[in-house]
Amino acid sequence: MTTELICAGFGGQGVLTIGKFIAKAGMSEGKNVSWLPSYGPEMRGGTANVSTVVSEEPIASPIVSFPDVLVALNQPSIDKFAPSIRPGGILIYNTNMCPHGCKRDDIIKIASPMSDIALEIGNTMVLNMLAIGIIIGKTDLIRYETMEEDLTSFMKAKNPELLELNLKAIKRGIEIGKG
Amino acid sequence: MAKILMKGNEAVAEAAIRSGCRLYFAYPITPQSELIEYMARMMPKVNGTFLQAESEVSAINMVYGAAGCGKRVMTSSSSPGISLKMEGISYIAGAQLPAVIVNVQRGGPGLGDIQPAQGDYYQATKGGGHGDYRLIVMAPASVQEFADMASDAFDLADKYRNPVMILADGMLGQMMEPVEFKEALTDAEIEEMPKQHDSWCIRPNEDGDKKHHHEINSLEIDPVVLEQHVNNLYKKYAEIEKNEISYESYDVSDDNEVLCVAWGTASRIVKSAINELKKDGKSVGMIRPINVWPYPYEAIAEAIGPNVKKVYVFELNTGQMLDDVKIAVAGKVPVEFWGKVGGVVFTPAEIKEKLEACF
Repeated sequence: MTTELICAGFGGQGVLTIGKFIAKAGMSEGKNVSWLPSYGPEMRGGTANVSTVVSEEPIASPIVSFPDVLVALNQPSIDKFAPSIRPGGILIYNTNMCPHGCKRDDIIKIASPMSDIALEIGNTMVLNMLAIGIIIGKTDLIRYETMEEDLTSFMKAKNPELLELNLKAIKRGIEIGKG
Repeated sequence: MAKILMKGNEAVAEAAIRSGCRLYFAYPITPQSELIEYMARMMPKVNGTFLQAESEVSAINMVYGAAGCGKRVMTSSSSPGISLKMEGISYIAGAQLPAVIVNVQRGGPGLGDIQPAQGDYYQATKGGGHGDYRLIVMAPASVQEFADMASDAFDLADKYRNPVMILADGMLGQMMEPVEFKEALTDAEIEEMPKQHDSWCIRPNEDGDKKHHHEINSLEIDPVVLEQHVNNLYKKYAEIEKNEISYESYDVSDDNEVLCVAWGTASRIVKSAINELKKDGKSVGMIRPINVWPYPYEAIAEAIGPNVKKVYVFELNTGQMLDDVKIAVAGKVPVEFWGKVGGVVFTPAEIKEKLEACF
């Protein structure tokens, strides 16, 4: 079983971090993982994206041509990557920043006002944790417990309040993911 | 030891430190800057020396000097910076000193761009600097292999008193994968290292005699002496060619209708395409040279099975390793090439399409 994921959005929305946490959790759960970011001139101001692969098999290409899951935090990300989602694949997107959505009807679409929800939880920075929650709720890619353990180990001492917000965002995401 | 999720640039730096590298000289350049940053952070913690030189030329000459002292020394850069180091690399090869050079390739020629490419194959394997010399050139395809090669590179450099290059690219430098490190050498073991090189290295005369007086030099003004020196180097290179060929066979079998040859990150993408084709009942094998010098000519020739109609070479350049594949195939079957340049990386889907057209 191999799951290929692309996360994309504006630089600063934390898309690279989504991939990183998924890869780290996958590794903790004993799977093979790879994390390949876009880098260079498109990093700041423009769009950033990251290809993450989680697999029970050794990973051949870290480059993802046809994602099983696309997390799109803005419209340009849908425009660029949604056409290549595998039929039956999942598109998770932020309706606050994707006014035109996606016209495909052969994929599963999970649309929610992610920016508004993050703000409601208490900090727009938890947008990416919300996305991770949706992934956990909708797929069996990684487990919530692994994420909680990982976040706790590096945030509890430094910033316990932010840890709580992050976990809250993940849990809220899981609800959204489960529909 | 538990696996750690790390960028290739950081993994190779950590592995170098664990292998006893305590001297590192470099100048920053994308896409290998995480490597120099890691060294800047970690070297002081292990009582090592990190020095950001004023230029690449300066850095490689610091490597030359440190290598002469029998210490494990490394430098790294990306394509344009490696070009600047070429004179020094030729001197180090001429003076027969061990050193490790990491090239995290980017698009060229000239300043090019900062995306992954494999355009420095000729430079690494066929010269680059002047004169008759060879580098041992290792081409990693995963973050784990990138890290493992650091310790292998130091061992090979010591064994043959020859510079070793690890030829990676921006993709391997930037991507993260789980990596497991070998046990680090102890301070005592590292301290002892120069003593193994007593027959040639320069170190302080602790006992007051002159037994540690050695000349480190690449200048031999007498042609007869230089001729002998170059012939000796060539004997050494022949020995390396005999001992250090390294490659991976992937799905090579008598059923193969196409045999691919690819190296470094390009080989990962080709593997994905081969896996996809296998699902459709199409048999494709691949030879991946792990060391690109010395080159696995015989392994490629032997991998051409009875049903192979074509050997297909995929590189992120305009066809550089292609020359070596043609030497290996020696006209037995047609050799085709497809590549992407300028930092544009081909996708598994594109490779699959190219291979499907062969059936």
